[in-house]
Amino acid sequence: MNPLELTRARPGAARTVTFDGRPLTALPGQSVAAALWAAGVTAWRSTRGAGRPRGVFCGIGVCFDCLVTVNGVPNQRACLVPVRPGDVIRTQEGTGRDDG
Amino acid sequence: MAEGPRLAVVGAGPAGLAAALAAAARGVRVTLVAAAEQAGGQFYRQPAAALGAARPQALHHQWRTWERLRAGLGRHLATGRLTHLTDHHVWCVAADPVSGTFGVHALRGPAQEEGVTVRADAVLLATGGYERVLPFPGWTLPGVVTAGGAQAMLKGGLVLPGRTAVVAGSGPLLLPVATGLVTAGARVAALVESAGPAALLRRAPALAAQPGKLAEGAGYAARLLRHGVRTLPGHTVVAAHGTDRLEAVTVAALGREGHLRPGSARRIRCDTLAVGHGMLPHTDLAETLGCTLSGTAVRVDDEQRTDVPGVWAAGEATGVGGAELALAEGHIAGCSAAARLHGSAPAPRRSAAAARARRRLREFATALDAAFEPPAGWAGRLPDDTVVCRCEEVTAGEVRRAVDPLGAGDLRTVKLLSRAGMGWCQGRMCAPAVAGLAGCPLTAGRRPFARPVPLGVLAGLPDTEAGPPDAD
Repeated sequence: MNPLELTRARPGAARTVTFDGRPLTALPGQSVAAALWAAGVTAWRSTRGAGRPRGVFCGIGVCFDCLVTVNGVPNQRACLVPVRPGDVIRTQEGTGRDDG
Repeated sequence: MAEGPRLAVVGAGPAGLAAALAAAARGVRVTLVAAAEQAGGQFYRQPAAALGAARPQALHHQWRTWERLRAGLGRHLATGRLTHLTDHHVWCVAADPVSGTFGVHALRGPAQEEGVTVRADAVLLATGGYERVLPFPGWTLPGVVTAGGAQAMLKGGLVLPGRTAVVAGSGPLLLPVATGLVTAGARVAALVESAGPAALLRRAPALAAQPGKLAEGAGYAARLLRHGVRTLPGHTVVAAHGTDRLEAVTVAALGREGHLRPGSARRIRCDTLAVGHGMLPHTDLAETLGCTLSGTAVRVDDEQRTDVPGVWAAGEATGVGGAELALAEGHIAGCSAAARLHGSAPAPRRSAAAARARRRLREFATALDAAFEPPAGWAGRLPDDTVVCRCEEVTAGEVRRAVDPLGAGDLRTVKLLSRAGMGWCQGRMCAPAVAGLAGCPLTAGRRPFARPVPLGVLAGLPDTEAGPPDAD
C-alpha cells in the first residue's frame, strides 16, 4: 500500500525536474518538498552557521527549515511551492545568495 | 453584484468555513481569504487536484462534515454571495479609522511576491494554529518532522516521509497521525506518548463526559493494534541519532517526577520521527490589530468578538480545541458578525446548539491540555549543546547563559542577548523551548508582519491606511 493507491489517485502525466543536476520525476500538484520526498530526498539546505543539512520540518510553511533554491531563486519554502515541469532545484547553501 | 455589508474571513479551515457559511446565509457579502489552493485548512487538507485522488477520505475522518461544508461553499460561490481568494497569504490586517473599514493585506501566488488588499466592513480571524515541538538532541536532523507536518504532506501531497516511522510527543494529534501513516503504507515502529495512564485517569471524569471523542480515540487505537503498532505511554524521546539524516531514536520511560527511569532507555531504528507536543494559536494578525490576548490565544466574548470593534475570531486562534470546537465557534462568530453588521444583536436561539457544543468541547479541551502537559523536567534535561532556535542555530547553553549570568527574564530579552527567535520563523518554533529553559511564561510574539513581505510590496502601499483599491 502507498498513499496514491490508498486514495485511488490517477495523477496527470509525471514531469521531469532536476535536483542538484540529477533528473527526478515529479507528479503534478505536488509541492517541491513532496516531489523530493517521493524521490527519497529528505535534505536540501545546509545551515548558515554549522552547515548542517535540513529539509521539511513543519510541512505547513511556518518554520522555514525547508528553504530551497528553485530556478536560481533561493529561500523558497519547498513545502509551499508547487513543482513545475523542468524546475531546476538545488540544495541551498547558507543564505543561498553567495553560491555560484 | 451582491449587496450588503462586507465581511473578510481570514482562513478557510473548519472555523473560517463555518463562519463564512453562517454569515453568507445571513445576507453578508463574504470574502474568504486563505493561503491554500483549496478550502479545508489543515484538518481537511485536500490532495492537489492534479493528483486525481478518487478517495481522499481514506486519509480523513469526519468526512461527512467536510462534504457538508464543501457543498455550502459551492452554493454561496454560485450565488456570488461569497468570494474565495485562494493562494492569498495574509501578512497584515489594518483598521482604517477614517472610513471605519479594514484592509486585509495579502501576498498572492506561490512566490508570494504580489501584494493585494481586500477591503471589508468587518474581519473574522480564523487563522488556526501550528505545532509545538519541544527540542531534544538530534531534533534538527532531516527525517525528524512535526507530527502535523507528516500528516499535511501525506494528505496534501500523498507522500510519506520514509519507510519506518516513530510517532512521538504528547497530545491527541499523535493517534490520527500514526493511524494515517500506517494506513498509507509506512511501518510505525512505535507510538511514544509522554502522558502516562495515570495522567489520563486523573482527568477521566472530564474526558468521559465526551463519549464521542473517547470512541474516536478508541477507534484509532484499535486500528493501530490491528497494524501491530506498539504504543509506549509514559515514554519520551531522549535523542534522535544519525549523521546527515535520522537513523534511530532512543526512548525512555518517565518516572512520576518527570525523571527518566534508569535502565529503561531503548533504541528504535527508524528513518522518520513525527513529533509534536500540542498546538499553539496563530495570533499575529489579531495582536497587530490591537486585540487583547489571553495567554497565547485571542480573547473573545460569548459572540466570539475580540475587544477591537469589528474584529471577530474563532477556532484554534482563540484557544486550541480541535476541529469540532472550531466549527461551533465559527458558526457563532459568523451569526454574530452578520447580525452586528446589520445593526442588530444575534438571536441566541439561532446558535444555541453551537453554544452548548462550544461549552462542552472547551471543557474537554481543558481536560486534554492538563492530561497531555509536557513531562516535568524536560527543559532541565536538555544538554547545553542542543540547538534550540533552529533558524539562528542557538543552543540551550546559549539560552541559559542569557538568563544567568546575563539576567534575561523574558523571551524578548533572551532574543536580544542570544538571537534565539530572531530568524526566519520569528520564534514560532523555539519560543516554547526558550520559555521552558528561561523559566518565563510563554507569551505570544509581536509580529507586525505575519509573514516575510517583499520590500516592493511595502513600497507599493499608499501612505494612508486606506490602502490600494479593492482587489478584484
